[in-house]
Parts: sequence; C-alpha cells; structure tokens
Amino acid sequence: MATAEPFLSMQGINKSFGNIPALIDASLEVREGEVMALIGQNGAGKSTMIKVLNGFSRKDAGTITVNGAPWAATSPEMAQRGGISTIFQEINLIPFRSVTENIYLGREIKTRLGLLDLRAMQAGARKLLAEFDIDVDVRRPLGEFSTAIQQMVAIARAVSFDARLVIMDEPTSSLDETEVGVLFETIRRLKAKRVAVVFVSHKLDELYAVCDRVTVMRDGRTVAVSTMADMTKLQLVATMLGRDLAEVRRAGATAFTEGTRTIGEELLSVQDLAVGRRVSDASLSVRRGEIVGLAGLLGAGRTETARAIYGASPHEKGSIRLEGKETDFTAPADAIKAGIGFCSEDRKHEGIIPGMSVRENLTLALLPALSRAGIVDESRQREIVLRFIKEIGIKCSSPEQKIRELSGGNQQKVLLARWLCMNPKLLILDEPTRGIDVGAKAEIQRLIRKLADDGLGVLMISSEIEEIVEGSDRVFVLRDGKMTAEFDGEAINEPAVMGAMAHGHGEVA
Amino acid sequence: MSSTTQNAPSPVPGSVGSRPRGGIAAVLSRRHIGTIAALVALLIFNFIFTPHFATMQTLSVNLTQVCVIVIVGVGMTMVIATGGIDLSVGSIMAIAGAFAPQIFQGTLFPVPNLYTGIALAIVLSITVAGFFGLFNGWLVSSFRVQPIIATLILYIAGRGIAQVWTNGDLQVFKVPEFQQIAIGRVFGVPFQVWIMLALVLIAAWALQRTVFGRQVLAVGGNEQAAWLAGIPVRRVKRRVYVISGVCSGIAGLIVIAMNSAADANLIGMGIELDVIAAVAVGGTLLSGGRATIIGTLLGALIIQLVRYTLLANGVPDAAALVVKAGLIVLAVWLQRQDRA
Repeated sequence: MATAEPFLSMQGINKSFGNIPALIDASLEVREGEVMALIGQNGAGKSTMIKVLNGFSRKDAGTITVNGAPWAATSPEMAQRGGISTIFQEINLIPFRSVTENIYLGREIKTRLGLLDLRAMQAGARKLLAEFDIDVDVRRPLGEFSTAIQQMVAIARAVSFDARLVIMDEPTSSLDETEVGVLFETIRRLKAKRVAVVFVSHKLDELYAVCDRVTVMRDGRTVAVSTMADMTKLQLVATMLGRDLAEVRRAGATAFTEGTRTIGEELLSVQDLAVGRRVSDASLSVRRGEIVGLAGLLGAGRTETARAIYGASPHEKGSIRLEGKETDFTAPADAIKAGIGFCSEDRKHEGIIPGMSVRENLTLALLPALSRAGIVDESRQREIVLRFIKEIGIKCSSPEQKIRELSGGNQQKVLLARWLCMNPKLLILDEPTRGIDVGAKAEIQRLIRKLADDGLGVLMISSEIEEIVEGSDRVFVLRDGKMTAEFDGEAINEPAVMGAMAHGHGEVA
Repeated sequence: MSSTTQNAPSPVPGSVGSRPRGGIAAVLSRRHIGTIAALVALLIFNFIFTPHFATMQTLSVNLTQVCVIVIVGVGMTMVIATGGIDLSVGSIMAIAGAFAPQIFQGTLFPVPNLYTGIALAIVLSITVAGFFGLFNGWLVSSFRVQPIIATLILYIAGRGIAQVWTNGDLQVFKVPEFQQIAIGRVFGVPFQVWIMLALVLIAAWALQRTVFGRQVLAVGGNEQAAWLAGIPVRRVKRRVYVISGVCSGIAGLIVIAMNSAADANLIGMGIELDVIAAVAVGGTLLSGGRATIIGTLLGALIIQLVRYTLLANGVPDAAALVVKAGLIVLAVWLQRQDRA
C-alpha cells in the first residue's frame, strides 16, 4: 500500500510509571481519513498511548510526528488546538451548562463590550450540530440529553476545533444499539471530511463495522498492525491474548494440576440472566468441587454477572438458584449468609480496608459470628487468624501489620482467607491473580485447586486464557453479554475458548 | 471481658510480641504519645508560671469547661469515624435543653412528683435527641445525602424547633435535684465529669472491642469493601448519628443544669466547631477509618488548657482564638506526617 506519509506517526514510545514500564517501544500510525482500531487487554498500554499523544502524560522516549512535523503537546488542551481531540469514555463536558456553552467552552465569542455574545454562539452551535444531523435545543443543559447526544456534542466540539484526528476511548460502552448506529454514522461523516479516528473498543463486531485498520497492543508493546479485512476475529483475540494459534497443546504455564476430581451435585444455576446494559442473556452452573471458568473479553459482562449472583447489583431478568432454591439477595450480606464469598477484581477499592490490620481484614465478614452479645471474642479471633496465616502462608510481620503494607499476593491471600474462614459453599473469584507476582500466583492457583478438591464450588473469572483453560473443570464463555459456549473436560482448549470469545459458538475461524 | 478461661491459643512462630494490646494499654495506644506529651508540657508550664494552678478549684473549672465538648465529641468521633460529620449537635442540644424543664416542671403534662418528673425529663429528652439523630442518619444512609448537607438541615431547623417549642422564652428554674447532674460532686469532682469519663470509657472500649465499633471503622476505611464483605453499612451509619444525637441530648441537659436556665437561642451555639476541632486535634482522621475517643478527650483538654493558660496569664480571649486555630493547623499537619 503505497500511500503518502501517515498523518500521525508515533515510533519507539517508552513510558514508565515508577519502575513499572507501561509502554515499551510502542508505535501507532494513522493515515488521513482513516479509522484505526486500537485494541488490547487491560494494562496493554492503550490508555497510556492515548495520554502520551494528547499531552496528558509525558513520554520517556520516542518520536511523535503529526503531518510530518514533530508533535509536542504538553496538555490535552494544547493537543486540541493542534488538531487532536480526545473523547473520553466519561464525557468531559459540563452537564449543567447548555449545549452552546459546552461547545464554546474556553473560546467564547464576545461582543465588543467583552460580554458573551450568546446569540452568535447559539447560531454557531446550531449550524455545527446540523452538520451531524443533530437537531436539539442548544439552550438546554447538556445533561438533559442522552449519552449518545452528549457524545455527538463532544465530537462536534472536537471537530469545531478543526480536529484532524479524533480519539474515541470506548465510546460505545454506555450506548444502546440505535445510539451506536448514530455514532457510527458520525464516524463515517468524519471520515468523509478526511478526519482520522482512533477507535478504542472491546467489541469486535464494532471494529469490523467501522474500522479500516487495527493496531493491537499487549504488555506495553505494539504487537500487530493490519487491515481489518486481513485479520479474523480469532486472530485478533489470539494476538491480544498473546497466544500462538499453532501452539495447540499447552505447556503447563500455570500451577493448576489435575486434582482428584470428585464433582458433586449442582450448587449454583443461573438461567437467562440480564443485568443492566452489559449482560443480556447469561446462563451457567457450578457444581460442588469444581472450578468453573468464566471467560470473555473485557466488557463482555463477566464481572456484572458475578456481581448479580452475589447480590451486589440487581438483575432485571432471569433466575439465580443456589442449591435448587431461587435466591432473592438484595445485598452481599444476604449472599454471604447463604454461603457465597466474592473476591473483587479491584483489590484496592473493593477488597482491603487499607488502614486495618491483617487480623481485622481477615475476620471482617466473620466478625458477627466471632462475637457474643456484640463483643468480639478476641482469643478466638486470634486463633483463627493465626491458623489461616499458617495454612495458606500469608507473609506478614504479625497479624497486627496493616494490610496495605503487604504485597499484592499476600493481600489476596488475606481476602481469600476472609471467605475461607466462613466455610462457604461457593466462592466467586474475579481475576484472582491479577497484579500478583509469579510465585504468589502459583501458590494462589494451587490453593484454589485444593479448595475445589475439598468440595468447594468455585466460579473463576480470568482474562488470562491459560488460567481459564488449565484451571477450570468447565468453562463458560460470555460474548457481548450473552453466554455463547460451554466447554467440558477434554473439550477445553485454547483455540476453542478463544474461538468462542471471538465468534460465539458454532462459528469457525 | 468475658473470655477469661478459654485455653490460650498455642503460640505460633512469628507471633511473638504481637498480641493485640489489652486494657489501658489499648486505650492509650502509642499514637497518643504526641498528644499526651503536649498536654504534659502545658501542665508543667502552668504549674510553674500560672498562679493558683495546682488547686482543686482550677481543676474543676477546666474540667467543667471541657465536659460538654467531650460528651458531644464522643458521638462526633463515631460519626467522623464512618467518614461523616454532624453539624446539628448544637441544635439537638438546644432541643433537649428546651424540652426537659417543661417536663420536670410539669408544664407539659402533669407529673406525680418531682423525682418522677426529673427521671422522665432525662429519659424523654435524650430519646427525642436520639430520634433527631436518627433523622440525620436516615438522610445519610437511605438517601445518600452528603453528611454535611444532611446535618445542616437540623443545624438550621433544630434550633428553630427549640425556639418555637419555647416561644423563644428563657425558662428559668431552681430545681437542685435536677441540677445535681451537673454540679453535684462525687469525691469532690463534679458529677458531669463522671458522666463524661463514663461515656468516654464506654465508647473507647466499644470502638475497639465490639463488632459495631469495628464495623464503624471498616465503613470509614473503605465503604465499598465493607459492603461487599457483608457489613450492614446503612445500619452502621444510621446508628452513629443516633449515638451523636443521644450524646448531644445529654450535653444539652448538663448545660441547662449548670445555668439553671434553658435558653433555646444559646444552648450549644457554635459548639460543633469546637467539637470538630477537639476531634481533629485528638488524632481522628476526618476522612474516616481511624478514630480515637481518648484522643478526642485529650484534644479537648489541650484546647481548653491552652485557652486557660493564655487567659490566666493576661492574654485576651480574642488572641486565644488565633492560638486555637494554630493548634488545629498543627494537628492536621501532624496527621499528614503520620500518613506519609
């Protein structure tokens, strides 16, 4: 493809936060009037790449050229004046101010007296929005309109800055189907104006619908650049996850071993579950003594499904049965009483109480059972804490050490112990080994296996395909909020699971 | 504590010297050292420079000055421990203070005799105060109103209720039997000081040793995590505001007993800021999750003692306010050092 110089070229970009590299020799090229998909898992470096480009963060090394000239934006505002606008996932406009004010924010038209010329601005805003076929009362507060309209206004604002490149960070995550259609139409109009678009999304179908080319990132590097047409969905998923399609048999990268499998009767059964915008039709089941893997791409609705089972968010449709009985949890406390434990993927914000000790974090849920007349039985508490510290090998200077001082792996062990000391029937683990070093990871995987062998039912969400494939006795795959496939025993292998993540069931790569 | 004869858990390697501190040691934990040092320094300064400092009279004056602030501070510390704040304490004091004399004087409804009247006055006034606290807690927990706004409602309306209730009149009374709760003495120490000490010790113990106390701190430390761990976050929040209301009610009764008059316009006026200052100086984190009742007591004592020192040595009250502000700045700075 012998086209002219790309409009944007980022080459050899390095960026570290502290000692942790976020970008390693990453690159991105976008041509004029082109829609470029930018995809990758959590922590792949997409957001950092965007931040480096729009001046939010400073790069450590590398070159960026725009239209052949070196690019040196040091703030998103400066990038905007230079022709690169970013539409963030959470729209960064002011909901209480009018549409007009939002469009003209920071470059208001003034009369000769230095007062705001509202009339001129309103006319300008109307004209601008008409270009996108949007007809709204520009005097109304922005917040009164739907998310899609707000996004259009943000895009219109970007274009009115003479944007030559618009970056959209997961623009469809809060839109419904018709709204997505409107957004795509807008993107096509941008394309017709020779404006380039960088489109970040996890929904593969959307990428094929609007994007020309795709850049795949993984672990801070750019691992593939291709036209959309030259890459199948399966190839996209495999590249994102870093799995070689030819490598069919696994080498045993995780610490899950084939345990003595004594799988019991059904413990949890979820039928036709719908939760908010993210989950529309999910069904799964967990039996005693088995690890059930829940696979899917980011945004497929895995966490939302887990939270609904745990009573942490309401579900609109479907049934959740625990031991054959329909549950009616209105809060996690109800689920806990019924024998369910849940470890969130966000340890820091939804797991630990940072200022409290290991002892208190470990017994947080058990506390009512550890007390008589509301008074904590401290000797029993201490006994239990010491037992679990020893049994699952939590490394801490003493039970009184603050949990925030522990490593990620040890924090996770404390959180696991928080549930294990309750003797649960079912444990829901959302990304149990995320952000944990290799050694501790293997220990936690071994522990999960052992718990299942002892009769616990485990529902495990993981973005690491080998963790799902090697760790699970059965695997369910969610894709865009729908359960698309179930694999059992020997049928669990990476190509099959990745295929289901990419296409849904039945389709062949 | 009840768990006396349980077999001590066999010692586990690596656990040496890490027992949770018990008794007084737990109550006066290491983080109070700075506060205590400041208090001791102030005392030494006064023993040397302030005339007539080492007298029972001075002690009584200072303790009674600090009593009301500490009693309200007990409830406030609980509220702040959950990450909230209660601005309505002064107004709730006024409500309880305006309500009680009407009961023991028999103007509201006939009472058989004075002692029944006093008992009813105390119980009913504090109950009413508790219900106003419940209203605060209800707004905060069920409607997720920001605590500062939710309690601002009663801050404004509460005093109005007390004024309307009494027609804005000053109620003067002479009922020594009732006034014992403030001015009666036990072992030479005013009865209100004993009330304060009892409340402080009970609350400090409850915060450390009861499920409720630990849940209060867990909610303040990380509300989302606490909720996911099954802690009844809403109930915990509701309760701390009730406790704050009850403490304010008690404080309101002590104020009218001291003055032998109830003036709805003045009872507890501006006390919320003094109380919050005492809580902050004492070392409780205003963002929640770390709280110390003993610290609040010490904080209130320090503020009072500084004020007394300056006054007794001829510095005007206006200047003392500036010093008080300086103390708060210092306390906040110390907290930041601690967190880093």
